[in-house]
Amino acid sequence: MSGSALLSVEDVAVDLPTPRGNLRAVDHVDLSVGAGRTLGIVGESGCGKTMLSRAILQLLPKKARLSGRVMFDGQDLARCDASALRKLSARSLAVVFQDPMTSLNPVLTIGTQLIETLQAHLELDTASARKRSVELLAAVGIPAPEQRLSQYPHQLSGGMRQRVAIAIALSCEPKLLIADEPTTALDVTVQAQILDLLAREQRRRHMAMILITHDLGVVAGRTDEVAVMYAGRVVERAPTTALFKTMRMPYTEALLAAIPKLEAAPHTPLPAISGRPPDPTRPLHGCSFSPRCRYVDGRCRQEKPALSDAESPDHQYACFHPIRIAVGGVT
Amino acid sequence: MQDATHFQGLDPILKVENLVVEYAVGGKTIHAVSDVSLQIARGETLGLVGESGCGKSTLGRAVLQLRPAVSGRVLFDGEDLTALRGEALRRMRRRVQLIFQDPIASLNPRRRIGDIVAEPLVIAGYKDSRERQELVEEVLNAVGLDPALVTGRLPHEFSGGQCQRICVARALVLKPEFIICDEPVSALDVSIRAQILNLLEEMKGRYGLTLLFIAHDLAVVKAVSDRVAVMYLGRLCEVGPSEQLFANPAHPYTALLIEAIPVPDADVRPCESVAIGEPPSPITPPSGCRFRTRCPRADQRCATEVPELRLVAPGQYAACHHPLA
Amino acid sequence: MATLELAINEGIAAPPVQRARRLGPLFWMAIGWVALVFAVAILAPVLPMPSPTDMDMLERRAPFSPDHWLGTDGLGRDELARLIYGARISLVVGLCAPVIGLTIGGALGMLAGYFRGRFEALVVGSMDVLLAFPPLILALAVTAYLGQSILNLTLILGVLGIPAFMRVARASTLTLARREFVIAAEALGATHARILLRELLPNVMLPLLAFFLLGVAVTIVAEGALSFLGLGVPPPIASWGSMIGEGRESLDVAPRLAFIPAIAMFLTVLSFNLVGDTLRALTDPRQGAL
Repeated sequence: MSGSALLSVEDVAVDLPTPRGNLRAVDHVDLSVGAGRTLGIVGESGCGKTMLSRAILQLLPKKARLSGRVMFDGQDLARCDASALRKLSARSLAVVFQDPMTSLNPVLTIGTQLIETLQAHLELDTASARKRSVELLAAVGIPAPEQRLSQYPHQLSGGMRQRVAIAIALSCEPKLLIADEPTTALDVTVQAQILDLLAREQRRRHMAMILITHDLGVVAGRTDEVAVMYAGRVVERAPTTALFKTMRMPYTEALLAAIPKLEAAPHTPLPAISGRPPDPTRPLHGCSFSPRCRYVDGRCRQEKPALSDAESPDHQYACFHPIRIAVGGVT
Repeated sequence: MQDATHFQGLDPILKVENLVVEYAVGGKTIHAVSDVSLQIARGETLGLVGESGCGKSTLGRAVLQLRPAVSGRVLFDGEDLTALRGEALRRMRRRVQLIFQDPIASLNPRRRIGDIVAEPLVIAGYKDSRERQELVEEVLNAVGLDPALVTGRLPHEFSGGQCQRICVARALVLKPEFIICDEPVSALDVSIRAQILNLLEEMKGRYGLTLLFIAHDLAVVKAVSDRVAVMYLGRLCEVGPSEQLFANPAHPYTALLIEAIPVPDADVRPCESVAIGEPPSPITPPSGCRFRTRCPRADQRCATEVPELRLVAPGQYAACHHPLA
Repeated sequence: MATLELAINEGIAAPPVQRARRLGPLFWMAIGWVALVFAVAILAPVLPMPSPTDMDMLERRAPFSPDHWLGTDGLGRDELARLIYGARISLVVGLCAPVIGLTIGGALGMLAGYFRGRFEALVVGSMDVLLAFPPLILALAVTAYLGQSILNLTLILGVLGIPAFMRVARASTLTLARREFVIAAEALGATHARILLRELLPNVMLPLLAFFLLGVAVTIVAEGALSFLGLGVPPPIASWGSMIGEGRESLDVAPRLAFIPAIAMFLTVLSFNLVGDTLRALTDPRQGAL
């Protein structure tokens, strides 16, 4: 990819020992995102996107083994020791999780959580930290911010809690924000507001952002580049417009087709993808999507297709039979 | 209002009349459903859509008498369900079934699938175990599961999508007339969702069902529904045929919902949402029109007068003082 | 074009993880000890050993010998025989008393957790009263009024155990009664009895059984304490607790008379605790009940 990347994930693999055998949650993934850009990672549950975000943040479970490099701002996060990592991640890396009810401490007030974060990472005194907290809450669109400081998470609605979580994430002016399914637990009208908020803050701070979601609709309008994950690997990676207009992976095509569209008439049968994602403890020979793919042939079952960018340097895909036609009109 | 929801003159199998459901939580009252009336015609699918807290799930449960209603009536095939007790109520339950959101939690983790799917038959009094087994096998085949592979196992051995198929099978084994689907696909992955939606459509055709399909995802609701009802904070905002409602929404809330849906098309740039703020609490809903606190068109009248469902287009009703043109 | 894809060829999840791996050597040693105690207790009448009540005044506090493997106590009775017969008491009381708690407390807890409302308040309130009642006073009162016997002892300890089982059953029921599969049963028209027995009981049973084993351990200690204080089984019936009590007098001369029954009790209680704990961990909701 062109430009110097702020974050560069190089050949990262994550293995988890389980009683049923080794689970390869992330299978040699390469990704990068530059300052001011948004990368969308799309996949269904079990595709490895959450494990990947944990790998980047160095928040993997103790038993997990990480291989590869996670280059952030010139340093390999996987090789940093704990204190260096803390210093680095505190000021530059931030994360927003899916469920604000569990990512916020339920027994501490909003104010305490915000002020503590500011004091710890920016070394502010209490009064300035408090003032800054009010500013942050206002910036994320929370009305009456001074009152909120003394409230507890359960007294706020889901959307409000997520705004607080975003305020905490943004409080230290991070260079990269990872949003792991930030709106999945929220209503659709609130979802739109939260995504607008993230986009606005990103533009203002010239932040890099990774938006992880299962919803292709969410990435369509709000990302610069999209990586589609399936069974632990990136199977397609392209600038967003290119992905939707000229998608190459049958999985991406099938995923898009399986989403009910608002423009379609009622009772239009949906082209469902048969079967389900493979068991990660029993990796398949050949392409992971082959049991479910409509274009499958013998070669797909034997060989694993590598991520190639034969067609254009920006658009990578892992398939022996990429879809040639551009997506347009009714599928 | 009585004609609000007739569907081409077919007889309604379900009539909900002025239903009010409230419940107390820690001393406060939640006005979950406030004076909702609607009708569902035999053989149609009515989609009920709204965001969390709008009362759609509560309405579904109240229709099945799983939640006591404060006032109002529910007429199923002419019979007032709110007046039924004991054995009569239990007999009614065979004709109306429910499918839940969380497929795995809907199955008893300590019972085998064969027992779970046969349970409705046992409760209904089918004594012959061979007959029960046949019916169970028939319905499992109908939902696309091989009975031999499935009946002896426990729920945790199956995926979410397979569990939902089992739940559908359980709902169908008594050959009911009416099924309420309460967010049946929300907990499932995108690729599995389509499978289950197709399954529901196929089962509807095969068994001649009437469906009440409750969901928060408009595109999903539109895909399976003939008519759609939109709820907000316990009240109906708009009711109408699916295509028409989505093409020309009359209520500002419907328009807001439609606009907020993320469209998987890279050319569509999402515009800054016009929604203001968050849904208010159902404990203290706003006076008059409950949507007025977030509505860009609200005025004084909206605060004082509760809007009634009024005809705004053929078959389409909206409860708004200033409906969209 | 879009059809329902039959899932006949869909893989079904592999059989659940082998649980055996979680049971370490400690677990098996505990099972072994418990099995041994059960075996000797059941076979006691046919074992070739002296009677536990035969007093031999010439051989008081005798050391270990081929005639008396563990020596004799202060009244010349064979220690080993008394130990084994003591095990019978411990096991009988230790198992039967918690059964009272399990059945009555478990039932009350399930009903309270399911029906809620005033009934629940009544049950919880009365259990609180029972808990607040000093157990020793109750034991004293019952033995004074009804006399000392194994039955009375079992009843006392059983009744005292009811609140704990009620709590466990109620907590479990409260969580489960809100789950969709219970509402599904209700929606199918199941009666309350059917829901309680077919849906809730199989799920509540597991934490209750695990708690039962811990209850056995506690009861054995409690019986020991009451017998030690002279409120338990009447002499000359041997009980580990009364043996410890009798051994008090000989602590300077023959400390083994107190320590041997104490060690036996310690090992037995520890084993029941280990087994109970392991079973509780195995029946953790994350494993089975999703």
